[in-house]
Amino acid sequence: MIVSKKQLSLLGGAVSVIIATTAVQAEEPRRGGTAIIHMASEQGVLNPALRASTGVYQITGKFMEPLIDKTYDGYVGVLATSWSSSEDGKAITFKLREGVKWHDGKPFTCDDVSFTAMNLWKKLLNYSTTLQANLDAVDCTDPYTAVFRYSKPMPLELLVAAMPDLGHPVPKHLYEGTDILKNPYNQKPVGTGPFKFVEYERGQYIIGERNEDYWRGKQYPYLDRVIWRFIPDKAAAAAAIEAGEIHESGFNGISMEDMERLGKDDRFDMGPKGFENNVAHSTVEFNLRNPILADLRVRQAIYHGLNIDFALKTIMRGYGKPGRGPIPSAGGINYTDDVQTYPYDVEKAKALLDEAGYKPDANGIRFKLKHRPAPWGEYTQLWAEYFAQAMKQIGISVEIVTNDAPGFLNGVYRDHDFDTANGWHQFRADPAVSTTVWLRSGAPVGTAWSNQFDYKSDKMDALIDAAAGELDPAKRADLYHQVQKLEMTDLPVIFAIEHPFLGITSKKLKNHHNTPRWDSSSWYDLWLEE
Amino acid sequence: MSIHIPPLLTYALRRILQAIPIMLLIMVGSFLLIKMAPGDTVDALVGDMGGADPAFVARLRAEYGLDESVFVQLWRYLMKLAQLDFGWSYVYEQPVLTVLMARLGNTMLLMVASLTVAFVFGITLGAFAARRAYSLTDNVISTLGLVFYAMPSFFLSLLMILVFSVKLGWLPVGGIRTIGAFKTGWADVIDVARHLVMPTAALSLIYLAFYMRLMRTSVLEVMDLDFVRTARAKGAGDFRLMVHHVMRNALLPVVTLLGLQFSTVLGGSVVIETIFSLPGLGQLAYTSVIKRDLNMLMGIVALSSVIVVIVNVLTDLVYAWLDPRIELK
Repeated sequence: MIVSKKQLSLLGGAVSVIIATTAVQAEEPRRGGTAIIHMASEQGVLNPALRASTGVYQITGKFMEPLIDKTYDGYVGVLATSWSSSEDGKAITFKLREGVKWHDGKPFTCDDVSFTAMNLWKKLLNYSTTLQANLDAVDCTDPYTAVFRYSKPMPLELLVAAMPDLGHPVPKHLYEGTDILKNPYNQKPVGTGPFKFVEYERGQYIIGERNEDYWRGKQYPYLDRVIWRFIPDKAAAAAAIEAGEIHESGFNGISMEDMERLGKDDRFDMGPKGFENNVAHSTVEFNLRNPILADLRVRQAIYHGLNIDFALKTIMRGYGKPGRGPIPSAGGINYTDDVQTYPYDVEKAKALLDEAGYKPDANGIRFKLKHRPAPWGEYTQLWAEYFAQAMKQIGISVEIVTNDAPGFLNGVYRDHDFDTANGWHQFRADPAVSTTVWLRSGAPVGTAWSNQFDYKSDKMDALIDAAAGELDPAKRADLYHQVQKLEMTDLPVIFAIEHPFLGITSKKLKNHHNTPRWDSSSWYDLWLEE
Repeated sequence: MSIHIPPLLTYALRRILQAIPIMLLIMVGSFLLIKMAPGDTVDALVGDMGGADPAFVARLRAEYGLDESVFVQLWRYLMKLAQLDFGWSYVYEQPVLTVLMARLGNTMLLMVASLTVAFVFGITLGAFAARRAYSLTDNVISTLGLVFYAMPSFFLSLLMILVFSVKLGWLPVGGIRTIGAFKTGWADVIDVARHLVMPTAALSLIYLAFYMRLMRTSVLEVMDLDFVRTARAKGAGDFRLMVHHVMRNALLPVVTLLGLQFSTVLGGSVVIETIFSLPGLGQLAYTSVIKRDLNMLMGIVALSSVIVVIVNVLTDLVYAWLDPRIELK
């Protein structure tokens, strides 16, 4: 039999179609079903353009979409399709997606972006007010082109990195002319996302229903509904997951012990995947107003006295790595590990303390420290206990003053009533968003997550300011490497451990945790097995 | 023509009026106490969000009226309260009254169910044990009572969740209804009842044990009294003797405690509602403290004091009904 080339290619085509079909069939997502998600904390404001917080994104990410999202392949457009900067960095242009509709049927256009940027992102949204401080105007050259005009150069890289969290437009037609803070749509969000907000029963649940007119196509989303259940008690939440009443809990929503136990159960997936965008540092923060701690040798000794590997294994159950300064390894090109380090060395620590003039007394105690642990969950409490133990070994007596969140923030940031503190510091995609404010001097007293350690370095301030306005990504990265190096030498804070958050998910959910900020993303491709 | 008011009603009204200055004192005290705790609702919010910049924090404080002095805030609060305005909750972004009313029903359901279970089973078992004092039955009942009494309710709750929800899958882990099921009629009633089984058991067992022990002692005491002997001599049957003569008298101390303990049970519901994610006042109080939701906490304090005052008046009325020798003036 003679087979022509054309026939052969046809045959080949048919075979590949068959192969492709079977491959698709094996992975064919099921339409329908309800995903039930655990939330530990109530959210009063369901508007990501008013509250920059993962708790808010976890819910609103399904209803409202940002201009840009972060995937494992980098930044991809959601409501924007492309972006570019002018030479001087003072004009950044976003091309917007056409044919997108708000849940009430009105079209999404540049007017919405312009209105939100000027009235919410610039004036009301936390972190964004600082980021957009130099934003003068957003011009709509046509309905699908938004030009952001800045009075000072804005690095494109910074703006793009900030957009997944700080770039959610709200519908102008529902907000214009109203008191934005009291607008009822802050509690019943109207967005462009794959799910429509249905109901928020305080203390119980929030329900989102399939958007039948989603711009990605009729096949999306796969799920009929998403329900968030509020369960404040971690043990009860773990039981609900185990009983199959809940499909997912993110951001360490249950205790580490339960995470580990359920992680071994083959009904669940457990791990840090999908939380890469939200790494945090477990820290030791010094009050430099205390003359003992103002001595660099003492701070170095404390760092040498910490067995980071031990803490990683016991407290974080192996999830995490030693910190290398204010920028975590998830920080991309802005991260460097070429910094001074302080390996665990008890003898060296003791020698440094002796040298600084703090010899042990008859009871072996050199001095006492009042330590405030942040109540941000298990890690911070255990890390505080470990810190006290480790310090005892080198002759420092640590008294732990336990407090709740408002007590901690006041004690540390306003009253400065602490010698050392520990908490965690969340990295938000770019160091300029929320990291460098920790090291720069000049924040007003009482501002949480600002430099309240009384650390003042002109060199550090200059580096931070230069990096914030540097347009060339390579030069900018170099400046941030210098920030990291200087921090690791000056040690106003010990960024001891870099740890991801953990999530636990029922294997019935498919396509879960497939982006680095998955819990905050839209879940258009999430589906549920029968 | 003068209007005739029944003496019981006069009594009830007077008791309620007497409670007003006490409640005012409670309100002012609670307000100052909450204010003495470090930090405010903005700190809690910012802590929850994982950070915020100075402008944002200052704006929120001004918006919530937290930039004023404590006494200005207190005065403003009381003036609003005088007009029955409970204010706004910044945590829930809803009027305090709306949130309270949505929760009140669930808490009342839990409390009434728990106290009924505790009371009915407590007095029955107690009387039963007393009738057969120092027998094996009595010993078993009394020992069980001690175990229930000593068992912390949070431990019992988690144990029940583990056995009945996780292992056996009979009962839901928490909540008040199956979310998203939108059941109506009897299906809804059954659904709510299923959700209430474990919280009710956890909350009632300790009180059940308490009433049981109290009832046992009380019955033993009454059974020795002259009038019981007289009744028996007159030929009253065992059942009649127990129900009409002994129980009625033995109940007096138990009823007193029931009224007094209403507020303790309300406190106990904080733990139970939190563990079972029951959207009631207890869980609300817990989150409101953590979040320093001042208006909400004050609302809870006000509402629970009203409830406790009313229950105490009712207790007095029941008392008078049980023992006609007691006159309410």
